[in-house]
Amino acid sequence: MARTQAWRRYNWRAIWLSLAYAVFLIGAVYGFKHELIPGALKYPVALLPALPIIGLFISMGRYLVEEQDEYVRTLMVRQTLWASGFALSAATVWGFLQNFDLLGPVDGYWIVIAWYFGLGLGGVANKLTLGDGGC
Amino acid sequence: MENRLKVLRAQRSWSQQDLGERLEVSRQSVNAIETGKYDPSLPLAFRIAELFDLPIEEIFVSPSRRSSKAI
Repeated sequence: MARTQAWRRYNWRAIWLSLAYAVFLIGAVYGFKHELIPGALKYPVALLPALPIIGLFISMGRYLVEEQDEYVRTLMVRQTLWASGFALSAATVWGFLQNFDLLGPVDGYWIVIAWYFGLGLGGVANKLTLGDGGC
Repeated sequence: MENRLKVLRAQRSWSQQDLGERLEVSRQSVNAIETGKYDPSLPLAFRIAELFDLPIEEIFVSPSRRSSKAI
């Protein structure tokens, strides 16, 4: 993937959001484990680690809007389509297997991990079809 | 889409990077357009035509004309 200005900005946002995620997650786990959080605050504290992850999706959207190089933008759009297709397919397959008691339930946030794995698959697909691997 | 971008670039002794800088796109974009893997948008095609001071149809080969010639 070409290192465009928009890509650099996206990378910076992703680094800061990842750091925020680590801090919020460690803080929330510590707080819950040691029973430091009063009842009313449990929901917002539990949601804190979700906010930077949502921020990552927003920053991906901003990247696609800010990217001036149309070919580079096309590569990323293809990758995100792969990611969405893979994550939704994985959720569908898991859902049916779970429905028929063949697999146990999983935490919902695994869909995000599947999405990012799909982003990598999209990069491989770009490399194989266009010769450009992407991010 | 077939095009003469590589020839026109070579006539001016420009690298893909040089052309990319003139068009304000990445070297990868120039390479993808030259090799026909990516068709540029109309605004980018016009920028390319204006840079080489040529009509678009003298740079890019119309797919419909190409297929009618083949018939």
